[in-house]
Amino acid sequence: MKKILFFLIIIIEIAATLFVACNKEVEGRTDNIGALSPSNIDLNAGTWKPILLTGPTEFAVAAPAATNTADYIAQINEIKTWQADLTKDEKAIVKYWSAGAVLRWNEILRDLVAKHNLPPYQNDDGTYPFPNANNPLAYPQFPFANPPYAARAYAYVAAAQYDALVAAWYYKKLYNRPAPYVVDATLNVLIPKSDLPSYPSEDAVVEGAAVEMLKLLFPGDQDFIQQKAEEHKRARIIAGANVRSDIDAGEALGKAVAQKFVIRARGDRAGAAAGNQAQWTQMETDAIARGQIPWYSLEVPRRPPMLPLFGKVKPFLFDSLTVIALRPGPPPSTSSDEMKNETEEVFSQTSNPTRENIRICHFWSDGVGTYTPPGHWMAIAAEDFVKKNYSEVRWARNMALVAMAEMDAAIVCWDTKYYYFNPRPSQMNPAIKSLTGVPNFPSYISGHSTFSGAASTILGHIIPERANAYVAMAEEAARSRFVGGLHYNKSDCAVGLTVGKNVGNYAVQRAATDGAE
Amino acid sequence: MKTFINYKNRFVIAALLAMISIALSAQTDIDGIMMEKSGFCVGPMYSYSSWKNYWEGTLKRENLNLGRVSTQMFGMMGNYGVTRKLNVLFSAPYVKTKATAGTLHGLKGLQDLNLFVKWRPYQKKMGYGRLSLFGIAGVSIPLTNYVADFLPLSIGLHSKTALARIMADYQRGNLFVTGSATYVLRDNIKIDRNAYYTTEMHYTNEVEMPDGANFNFRAGFRNQRWIAEAVVNNWTTLGGFDITRNNMPFPSNKMNATTVGANFKYVLPSLPQLSIVAGGNATIAGRNMGKTTTVYGSFFYVFDLSHKTKSSDQSSKKN
Repeated sequence: MKKILFFLIIIIEIAATLFVACNKEVEGRTDNIGALSPSNIDLNAGTWKPILLTGPTEFAVAAPAATNTADYIAQINEIKTWQADLTKDEKAIVKYWSAGAVLRWNEILRDLVAKHNLPPYQNDDGTYPFPNANNPLAYPQFPFANPPYAARAYAYVAAAQYDALVAAWYYKKLYNRPAPYVVDATLNVLIPKSDLPSYPSEDAVVEGAAVEMLKLLFPGDQDFIQQKAEEHKRARIIAGANVRSDIDAGEALGKAVAQKFVIRARGDRAGAAAGNQAQWTQMETDAIARGQIPWYSLEVPRRPPMLPLFGKVKPFLFDSLTVIALRPGPPPSTSSDEMKNETEEVFSQTSNPTRENIRICHFWSDGVGTYTPPGHWMAIAAEDFVKKNYSEVRWARNMALVAMAEMDAAIVCWDTKYYYFNPRPSQMNPAIKSLTGVPNFPSYISGHSTFSGAASTILGHIIPERANAYVAMAEEAARSRFVGGLHYNKSDCAVGLTVGKNVGNYAVQRAATDGAE
Repeated sequence: MKTFINYKNRFVIAALLAMISIALSAQTDIDGIMMEKSGFCVGPMYSYSSWKNYWEGTLKRENLNLGRVSTQMFGMMGNYGVTRKLNVLFSAPYVKTKATAGTLHGLKGLQDLNLFVKWRPYQKKMGYGRLSLFGIAGVSIPLTNYVADFLPLSIGLHSKTALARIMADYQRGNLFVTGSATYVLRDNIKIDRNAYYTTEMHYTNEVEMPDGANFNFRAGFRNQRWIAEAVVNNWTTLGGFDITRNNMPFPSNKMNATTVGANFKYVLPSLPQLSIVAGGNATIAGRNMGKTTTVYGSFFYVFDLSHKTKSSDQSSKKN
């Protein structure tokens, strides 16, 4: 007995020592990935079909100075000056940004979404304040980056970057100014070399487009965004990848193209998506008139529905009439046995949840304080694209396809939700307890399922060998909402997946005809 | 939502101090009492703690979508006297959580195994009393794959921890004071998500857990039959971040709490092996934690394992 106890004591001591020794540093999956080295530079991407631009020359880029001019040589010397005395921080930013411009700006955007995905706290009188884009730093801060807002943000940034890169590739090929390390072979190069002409800089195009879009989407975070932008541009010069005129021309082009997307965004009806009391009441009244139990907010105090008019936002991949055509038929009547059975099914599923079901629910929940379900799919896409060594323009094209599918899925899903205004399982049976927060909008159809159906469809087209894996992920994501107690299985999740796939197919159609395949 | 189940977390998990120490007001890892050689004290405990208000960062608020969040703990605790100067202690709680409002599902399950070694290297008469110095080391290990990332309804933080404590106890007549300082190392945890936001995005399922420090001061009356003591405890997370406005809590938040409470122990005159322990405490200041009130009670029975029977049937031995 005593021996055992002494043994135990020794074990405890050893365990304690091990704790002291253990390294707590946690490394993210993309923190230390290698530099992007495209397997194909896609030299002809200037001919790919843009999304909003009428053509690659809609915004002119002036011809660059020749590489034998004094001006150019001075720019080479700027690189050499930086490189003469590199700090650890400077090496670190070169490494960070060399992983890919589209990748990093998408990550920055996901960061901003997660930071801002917070529902406003109620006023003293039980009403709720709304964020104000003109006063973004006052509480509640602008924006409330909920799933539709986030889906739209991902789409605009990616689409603007794509169009700007198509234009950039056009001018790269036209002017064919080589990279600084080709001009001056003595230059130290901190990134993989490429045959791609370096004027205008693709990195600066991506940065310029992002900065311009984010002024609109995250107006309160300009210091953070500008700091990233400066760092990005500096990283390219330090690395010997671009001279300053490559950067300046690229940034100007990115900003100019993004301006066109900003104008579109200002007119895409998202600004009116919150609706007003009369419209919220009308939806409730309409549901009652159809003989249905209307959705109501399960929060205390009752919160106005999330972006009830987001279904009216202008999609990227089809027109607004198609949104209505994609709307599925009605869910089972709230008074039907079918609905009763579906509710009962949710109750029995959640009354004693298994650990595995909790895991599935939490893995996919992407609720408050996260990058949202569209952000989750952007992360899935990005981590797979990393392995593909795409050129920046192909990166942007593929991210834009996924992001536009997600935004349009949000539009179709929100249109459906507010058209039917169907109650959540926990409203039909208050004994149903959920494994994550119940979102504040109607049940039919599941947003997670719609987002996942759309994303998995376009991703399966982009990376066919992963198509089955994406389908399996989408099915698990859809199922997570049922086992978590947020949605009915058959009506919300299954129909959501189908509608999502239908949306995703529009992205596939575009992909097949945009000249990149 | 809110945070706070953490009362428990912090105590049991983080510092171990918590329920256990407080509840087991005799022969715990944080008091000045030692078990005699070969004595084995063991018993069940129950505690109920709840809160309605919590601190979101430093802002005290309520949450109408949680109502009152409660934690029940059913535990088994024990203390074995290897010698009069060296004790080994353990505890293992089953925890059940619930929110009275909103839709969130409560959780339940076996939480962490806590093990301590308590050593009293020094004891000396000093003035009119007696001074004892202690060194305590402990570890806690999750017993099940329970969910950490569902605060405030998770049953614990699922971190392996190790602690080192120094403690001094001075008794004069029936009056005593005890003070201790503890450093708690907390191992990283894994959560069900593979990306999360703290003050920036992290693309991993691993969460870096800040260490913690605990300070405990207790004073009162102590003799063979009775203990009545007042306790002040402060737990401070050394690092971590605040819950932002109307956000959810997260395991690596900067959770701090100061509690005040009282403990009582009574040894039955007719059956001196049996003691009854009860007590409670309230959180008077905190950060990213609930303003918790806790009550608890337990029974302990002391067995004498001094017979040389080694392994078999020692559990039937009574004194």
